[in-house]
Amino acid sequence: MADLGDSVGLTTTHSVQLFDAAHPLVLASGERLDEVVVAYETYGKLNADRSNAVYICHALTGDAHAAGWRPGDRRPGWWETMIGPGKAIDTNRWFVISSNLLGGCQGSTGPSSINPATGEPWGLDFPLLDMADFVTVHRALVAHLGIGQLHAVVGGSLGGMQALQWALTYPAELTNAVVIAASSRLTAQNIAFSAVGRQAIMRDENFLGGRFASEQTNPNVGLAIARMMAHITYTSEEGFQSKFGRNPQRAESSPGFGVDFAVEGYLEHQGETFLARFDALSYLYLTRVMDYFDPFAVKNALTAVIDEPVRFLVVSFDSDWRFSTEHSRRIVRHLATGQLPVTFRDIRSPWGHDSFLLKIDSYLNTVRAFLEARSDYRGTSWERS
Amino acid sequence: MNQMTIRDDLRVVARHIHAGSRVLDLGCGDGELLNWLIRRRECTGTGVERQPDAVLAAISRGVPLIELDIDHELDMFAPDSYDVVVLSRTLEALFRPDLVLRQLRVIAPRIILTMPNFGLWRHRLRLLSGHMPRSRDLPYTWYETPNLHFTTLVDLEPLFAEVGLVIEKRIPLAASGRPQTFGHLAANLMASSAIYVLQRGVPTPSADHQRSAKRQ
Repeated sequence: MADLGDSVGLTTTHSVQLFDAAHPLVLASGERLDEVVVAYETYGKLNADRSNAVYICHALTGDAHAAGWRPGDRRPGWWETMIGPGKAIDTNRWFVISSNLLGGCQGSTGPSSINPATGEPWGLDFPLLDMADFVTVHRALVAHLGIGQLHAVVGGSLGGMQALQWALTYPAELTNAVVIAASSRLTAQNIAFSAVGRQAIMRDENFLGGRFASEQTNPNVGLAIARMMAHITYTSEEGFQSKFGRNPQRAESSPGFGVDFAVEGYLEHQGETFLARFDALSYLYLTRVMDYFDPFAVKNALTAVIDEPVRFLVVSFDSDWRFSTEHSRRIVRHLATGQLPVTFRDIRSPWGHDSFLLKIDSYLNTVRAFLEARSDYRGTSWERS
Repeated sequence: MNQMTIRDDLRVVARHIHAGSRVLDLGCGDGELLNWLIRRRECTGTGVERQPDAVLAAISRGVPLIELDIDHELDMFAPDSYDVVVLSRTLEALFRPDLVLRQLRVIAPRIILTMPNFGLWRHRLRLLSGHMPRSRDLPYTWYETPNLHFTTLVDLEPLFAEVGLVIEKRIPLAASGRPQTFGHLAANLMASSAIYVLQRGVPTPSADHQRSAKRQ
């Protein structure tokens, strides 16, 4: 076991069924799910008046284990840089809730879960999802935990999109929204990258029309390629160059079509380790939700949040080309048209999109300052009812 | 209510901002003015700042803050999205003050501007003695100053007319930041800085401008 340091320490992943046949989940599309299970973890203590809860939304391939260590872990939770005692999201102060989203594959119901109607994995019969559906399930977990009002909803990338969706549609339930390295509308290039990833999976000979789990196989080649390519978009040219340069994979090698360069070895490793933890169908469903996300295009998108103003922190990273700074500026511009209290920073970092997971002091200090600042605006048009 | 005081020159600025206004404070520093306006005058608003420590200080106060380049990124703000823009000791540090003022005139109908006065008699004496002016309002050496432009009050005012801003009020300040009652020309000699309250008006091309237009 590694030194826990300023970590939340040992964590337990809980599982709860939030929807059943008697109380089905009704999706944005109108379709129903008769069984929804959610995996989640919590860190810190809920205070007496239940006012210190912070909800963490994870990115595309994240899970409920955002911080600390589970028995046998070789590395801590995915947002260990952000969450812990004395950290930016200070677990001495906040009660942190982190769940695996709907459609995921790390303990929450998704397309590889068993369809209760057939007893077989859902496969492509699983209904298409919408960002609003993630929020519906998060809200059910919050209600299950007996919390009426969140101090904040915080997320990076796809997680930031969930925080934005939540703030726009149910603003009364959160005081603060932290939207990091996110987008309110994917560009053609963003969708193109997602499309190639999906094609790699679906053209794999073991995809079998999405029935690979029933046939006890897996589209390993396609999923690994999708991950390798996506991973390139999460870093930056400078990040790759400083980490690998043109270093060879082995001291002695003759040119060929194998893994000649260190960067190739790294990508191969990324692809391989991804297979053990991620499901190809979840990859399809979740990337598709991002492609269609366009919350400001909804009619009267800002009406609810203007009525019950949420404080926003929007953060981008200047080397992020997956969701460039312009994506965050677009979010800020839209929120500004509603005269909302918006804070925006473009953080200098050479590490690209993945910067939101890294220990970058100016970024982490910003999140901490924002979360711990006075968040009432009594007497102003920002006052909440 | 806890004690809350603000710098003298900011207090003068605050006095010209109506309660409940939407305020855009460009170069807001640690958010002192906006915080006071939000907590005491029921204003809403946004600060703009780039200095890292000041940015964090403003965010810690709960002042909404947008980090951007005033010279190039003011398109973040829609026309008439604010009631008043404050530029406290910021205009002189911008690359093109004239272009920025033209944009601000669209963002809000009122602008409150504080500028150091290069024409202060002490500065003139410093120049006569062969040295660059330095004072409480212009404290920097020439090589470390953030200020890109130096102007006297007399040379500043024609710019307002040219970009379509009408002077509603001119408040000369002593080096202490306290308001003084000078006339126009006396202010150019005696004021260490000045606060201008400007209103959106009709642009009147200056003589300089017309000359350069004729040449083309």
